[in-house]
Amino acid sequence: MPGRPGTPFPLSKGVQALSENGTPALELVGINKSFGAVHVLHDVDLAVYPGQVTALIGDNGAGKSTLIKSIAGIYPVDSGRILFEGNEVHIGSPKDAADLGIEIVYQDLALADNLDIAQNMFLGRERKRGIVLDEASMEQAARDTLARLSVRTVSSVRQLVASLSGGQRQTVAIAKAVLWESKVVVLDEPTAALGVAQTRQVLDLVRRLAETGHGVVLVSHNMNDVFEVADRITTLYLGRVAADVKRTDVTQSQVVELMTLGRSGDLGLAPATAAESI
Amino acid sequence: MSTETPRPAGTAEETVTDSPPATSGSVAASDFTTDTRVQTVSTAVDGYVVKLRSGDLGALPAIFGLVVLIILFYALRPETFLSKFNLANLLVQALPVTILAMGLVFVLLLGEIDLSAGVASGACAAVMAKLMVDSGTNWVFAVLAAAATGLLIGLLIGALVAIVRIPSFVVTLALFLGLQGIALKLIGEGGTVPIHNDVIYALANKYMPVWLGWTLAVACALVYAGIQLLRWQRQNAKGLSRRPLALIGLQVVLVAIALLGGAYVLNLNRARTPLAPFFGGVPWGVPLVAVLLIICTFVLGRTSYGRHLYAVGGNAEAARRAGINVTRLRMSVFMICSVLAAVSGIVAASRLNSVTPDAGAGNTLLYAVGAAVIGGTSLFGGKGKARDAILGGLVIAIIDNGLGLLGAKAYLNYLITGGFLLLAASIDALARRRRSATGR
Repeated sequence: MPGRPGTPFPLSKGVQALSENGTPALELVGINKSFGAVHVLHDVDLAVYPGQVTALIGDNGAGKSTLIKSIAGIYPVDSGRILFEGNEVHIGSPKDAADLGIEIVYQDLALADNLDIAQNMFLGRERKRGIVLDEASMEQAARDTLARLSVRTVSSVRQLVASLSGGQRQTVAIAKAVLWESKVVVLDEPTAALGVAQTRQVLDLVRRLAETGHGVVLVSHNMNDVFEVADRITTLYLGRVAADVKRTDVTQSQVVELMTLGRSGDLGLAPATAAESI
Repeated sequence: MSTETPRPAGTAEETVTDSPPATSGSVAASDFTTDTRVQTVSTAVDGYVVKLRSGDLGALPAIFGLVVLIILFYALRPETFLSKFNLANLLVQALPVTILAMGLVFVLLLGEIDLSAGVASGACAAVMAKLMVDSGTNWVFAVLAAAATGLLIGLLIGALVAIVRIPSFVVTLALFLGLQGIALKLIGEGGTVPIHNDVIYALANKYMPVWLGWTLAVACALVYAGIQLLRWQRQNAKGLSRRPLALIGLQVVLVAIALLGGAYVLNLNRARTPLAPFFGGVPWGVPLVAVLLIICTFVLGRTSYGRHLYAVGGNAEAARRAGINVTRLRMSVFMICSVLAAVSGIVAASRLNSVTPDAGAGNTLLYAVGAAVIGGTSLFGGKGKARDAILGGLVIAIIDNGLGLLGAKAYLNYLITGGFLLLAASIDALARRRRSATGR
């Protein structure tokens, strides 16, 4: 099984070619966002390529949450452009984001415990025949999606979500994003509350998500996770992008320095900018 | 139920991560190996035991209560309690409570409560009775006016709860008082409005012809069996998860026995003297409840509206993020509940041949909430079925009826019914604790 603990995924050639030549699935250019007098995001650029995992990292208060909420349509941005598959778009509400094919998997997952896996995956978008729910086609689609992601940890799509472990719940939440043919999936700290074995499952799933052609944004604090699954690493430092690098070009300690100081050697913000941000 | 244990190495290595993603709907069996679709009788029984252990008791407490109460009252009043006269009477007694409880199931599913449902039923019945008696309105319009009154009451509660965001407990407690005032104003202190209309009177006092009762019972049993078997066959054909056929067969047989047995008992001749003309049959209110049961079961189980109710009751935030309009849903349940309360009030008026200012006050609501909870509906939301109202309604009616036969004093009646509600709520709360402890 790929991705044993500590073994980074090899970057496939196709992925590298894409990152250099392809159109990003989602691109943010010069995003600014203020809450009153507090300037939270300064000219933030972010590119998410299909088939790649882009890690978005940063210390607390670096602006990660604000950035993903801007993508999700919860916060309107003050200035800057959002391009989806090369076309400029306006994301004014969570529905706009969902319609484009951007799915956010939040940390608290938001699943209904009293419904089963298939029911949760289709919640709010049930398939119907007339006014009757089309259970058969929903169950089949849910099963196909889990199979496509090679999910082996749940015993039946008719299992109640209440009976699932944290990792399995995360799996269902991610599978939901896949089911809806999302092009970009944003995962907010997917492994934050998980144990070792469950983290393993989720990271495998994140990788598979990219391999099935999704653009994945992984918001995380955990350097091990990031170095295991990410193709690109975008580091935020006090609302600015300190560096946008390929995982293979940096070491963990460099990224930690970028996260905490805004610069590391010749990488990162100019000393003056880094100091000014404080 | 955790499946966190590592899988055998041999199978785990054969992942499909390196193969191209499956684009067609067909999936190799190895991709999702652990998915169980076909249950055998033994795994189904195991699953049921696990469910019980984890605190999900379903209809078990109600069925247990029914059996215990029937044995108890039969032991205490062997010659009257199970007589054909009393059984018909008992069923009619259960009708209003059952209908009210069915409405409350919707409200309870969202974790809300409607304390005014009982007096709403009285107020709606008062509207109907006043229209028929004072202005000679046709019974159809009078019934529609009662239903519209219920809808209006529900709309008011719903708006205050869902939009103004006052806790439903407070809103409906206020209406509990207010609606009694309205009923009192309509009917007048100490007044009684008699029901003379034949159709309304027939609901609880007239019986279907024997042939019709039998036909409907047989038809219901056949349709039920047909629906269950057809669904199984469809699931089987498409390879979906399904329950074992043997269990479905057992379920169909049990339902058929209940339907046909009920029809048999109710179709016995209840004439007091051998020379009197035949007197018997199924009360007309029973098919009314059956129709309501079918509609409510369909809405809750087979429509997206029902699915959304369960979702909001289980996790309102998840439902909101899934794009479900929680506010509208919350309003709708109070409207459904109050309309069903109006129906319940009409049946109660039929049973008593009149409407009094205190109709639906007193312990009516307590009985209905008790019926829903005893039947298996949770006070915490997200769990409940329409059939809970039937099972719980029967339990409540048996207590009421049995205590009446025993000649119990009114104070004892209140004490025992209150105790039963507390018992049911305790079972519900303990089951919920157990569910969260075992992660179900």
